[in-house]
Amino acid sequence: MASNASANVVRTGAGSRYVIYAILTLFCLYYLLPLYVMAVNSLKPLSEIQAGGMMALPSQWTIAPWQSAWSTAQIGVDATGLRPYFLNSILMVVPAVAISTVLGALNGYVLTKWRFRGDTIVFGLLLFGCFIPFQMVLIPMARMLGLMGIAGTVPGLIFVHLVYGIGFSTLYFRNYYQQFPTELVRAAMIDGAGFFMIFRRIMLPSSGPIAVVCIIWQFTNIWNDFLFGASFSDFDSQPMTVALNNLVQSSTGVKEYNVHFAGAIMAALPTLLVYIVAGRYFVRGLMAGSVKG
Amino acid sequence: MGFLDINNATKSYGSVKVLHETDISVEEGEFLVLVGPSGCGKSTLLNMIAGLEEVTSGDISIKGRSMNGVRPADRNIAMVFQSYALYPNMNVAKNIAFGLEMHGVAKDERDKAVAEVADLLQMRHLLDRKPSQLSGGQRQRVAMGRALVRNPDVFLFDEPLSNLDAKLRVDMRTEIKKLHQKLGTTIVYVTHDQIEALTLSTRIAVMFGGHVQQLGTPKEIYDNPANIFVAGFMGSPSMNLFPAKVQVENGAAAARIDLADGATVSLPFAPGNTMSGYDTQEIILGIRPEAITDEDGADRKSQAIHRIETRVEVTEPAGSDIFVVSHLGGKEVTGRFRADVDVSPGDVFPFAVNMDKAVAFDPKTEMRIG
Repeated sequence: MASNASANVVRTGAGSRYVIYAILTLFCLYYLLPLYVMAVNSLKPLSEIQAGGMMALPSQWTIAPWQSAWSTAQIGVDATGLRPYFLNSILMVVPAVAISTVLGALNGYVLTKWRFRGDTIVFGLLLFGCFIPFQMVLIPMARMLGLMGIAGTVPGLIFVHLVYGIGFSTLYFRNYYQQFPTELVRAAMIDGAGFFMIFRRIMLPSSGPIAVVCIIWQFTNIWNDFLFGASFSDFDSQPMTVALNNLVQSSTGVKEYNVHFAGAIMAALPTLLVYIVAGRYFVRGLMAGSVKG
Repeated sequence: MGFLDINNATKSYGSVKVLHETDISVEEGEFLVLVGPSGCGKSTLLNMIAGLEEVTSGDISIKGRSMNGVRPADRNIAMVFQSYALYPNMNVAKNIAFGLEMHGVAKDERDKAVAEVADLLQMRHLLDRKPSQLSGGQRQRVAMGRALVRNPDVFLFDEPLSNLDAKLRVDMRTEIKKLHQKLGTTIVYVTHDQIEALTLSTRIAVMFGGHVQQLGTPKEIYDNPANIFVAGFMGSPSMNLFPAKVQVENGAAAARIDLADGATVSLPFAPGNTMSGYDTQEIILGIRPEAITDEDGADRKSQAIHRIETRVEVTEPAGSDIFVVSHLGGKEVTGRFRADVDVSPGDVFPFAVNMDKAVAFDPKTEMRIG
C-alpha cells in the first residue's frame, strides 16, 4: 500500500508538472510573439509587409531597414537616422546610472551605519520621492532646469533622472546594508579607517549583487523614459525613445513599417542586453535582503 | 592611578541609564573580565573603552590620558569581536595588515609584522585564504592576530568564544590565557560565561542592571560573594541559597533550617563568625555544592563539618562527581558527592555540610552579612 501511495504521489507530481509547463509555454509564446513579428518584419522589404502576411518569414531577407533606421531615416526634420539619438541616450544613461548608484550606496551606508537624529525621516522622504508621479514635477522641474541653465541639454536630463533615481537606489542599498554586519564597520573604525575609507574598502567590495540590481533598475527606467525626454530635451539632446516616436510619427510619405520595427528593436536592445548579461545577479540580489544568511 | 582608569563613567540612551556610575582601575598586564547576564551593561562599558560609544558622564583614561572625544583609532586599542568581524573581501594577510595600513605603516614593515603574528598564532599557511574559507577556530585566530599586530596598549575582547563549539571554546580559552601570560598585555574581556571569567581573569567585575556588583579576584568573587546575585551567578552548579534563622546560644551562632519532613536542624556557623549580632533574624544561607558532600568526601581541614540526614530526591551522575538534589529550608539544594558513593533517589542519606564555606545574606537588601 505504502509503495502504491508514493508511486501515486510521483505520478500526480509529473502530471501537474506537465500542466504547468504547458501553461508556461503558452505564456512564453504569447509574450514572444510581438518580438517575433518585429524581428521578422524588420528583415523584409516594405512591399512584402504591404502585401499582408505579417506572420510569414521574409521571402527576401534584407538588412536595409536596419541601415535606414540607424543612419538615414527621417527623424523630425533631419534625415539622420537614430544614431545621434542613440548616442544622446548613452550619454544620458551612463552618468545618470553611475552617479545615482554611487549616491544611493553612500546614502544607504550613512542611513544604516552612521545613523543620526532624524535619519528615519530623511529616509522616509527619499522613499516618498520614489512614488511622486512624474507628471507632478514637470513644471517645477522645467523652472529649476531653466534657473540652472541646463534646460534642453543632456546634463539637464541627467539631473532629472538623478533626482528621481536616488530614491530607489537609496532604498536598495539601505535595505542591503541593513543586513551588513555593523561589527565590520566598528572593526574598521578601530583599525583606523575613516568614513570614506570604510565605504570604499569595506562596504563597496561587498555590494556587488545589490549594485547590479540597482544598475539594471536604473538603466531600464532611464533608458525607457519618454516623458522627461519629450519634456526637457531639445532637437539635439533628444534621447532614443523620443527619436523613435518621431521616426514612427513622421507623417510625410509612406509608413515604412520595416524601418519602424528595426528602430523599435534598436531602442529595446540595450536594456535587453543588460538583462542578459547581469540578469542572474538580479534575482540573487533581490533575494539578498529578504533571506537571512 | 592605574593603566586604564574608568572614573565615575555612565552611559544613558535618552532617559534610560544603561550604565550607572562605574569606577574600575586596571593595572598594566591585568586581565579584567566583565561578566554578567545579557543587558547588564558589560558590552556597553567595553564599547565605551573602545570609543565606539560616547561616555555620557565621567571619564575613561588610558595611560593617564583622558579618552573622552578621542577617536577609536587614536586610542591605541585593539578589539576582538564576537562575530570575528573579518573583512570578507580581503584575505587573511590583508585583514591583519589593514590596521597597520590605515596607520600609514610601510608595506615591507607590514609584511614583517604580519609574518611575526602569523608565526605566533601558527597560522602562516592561512595567510592567503579568504575568511569564508576558514573554520570558526581559524577565524577566531585571525581576529586575534589582527588585534595583536597593532601592539596596542589595551586589548578588548567582546565575547570572542561564544560562537565556537564547546570543545574548541575550551582550547581557545587556554590559548588566550597562554597568550596573556606570554605577552603580559592588558586585557579587558567581556563574557556572559562565568567559567570563562573564573579561568581567564586576574580580576573580575560582575555586572548586573548597569551596576558593578562586585570587583575582585576570581577567588574573592567565588568565596566571598558580595550579594545574592553574585553568589547565584558565579559557579556551576550555582550556589545553594535557602532561608534559615539565626539562633545564638551561649554566644555561639547557628543557622536553623527546616527540613523537608517538618523537622528542623541547627548548623553552627564556623568559629570566628560574625553572626551573633543577628540573633533570631531571618537570613538567606548560601552554601556551594562542593561544601555539601557525602561524609567521606568532606574537606578534612575544615573544622565546621556538620551532618544532616535528609532524603535524596534526584541524583545526576556527571562522571567525576554525582550531583545529589535534596530539599533544605523549602528550597532545592544540590550537593556534590564523589562518583563512587552508592546513593540513589529515595534514600535518607547523611550529608556533610562544611559551614566554613557558608555565607549569609540579608533577605531584604540581598547583601552579604557574614
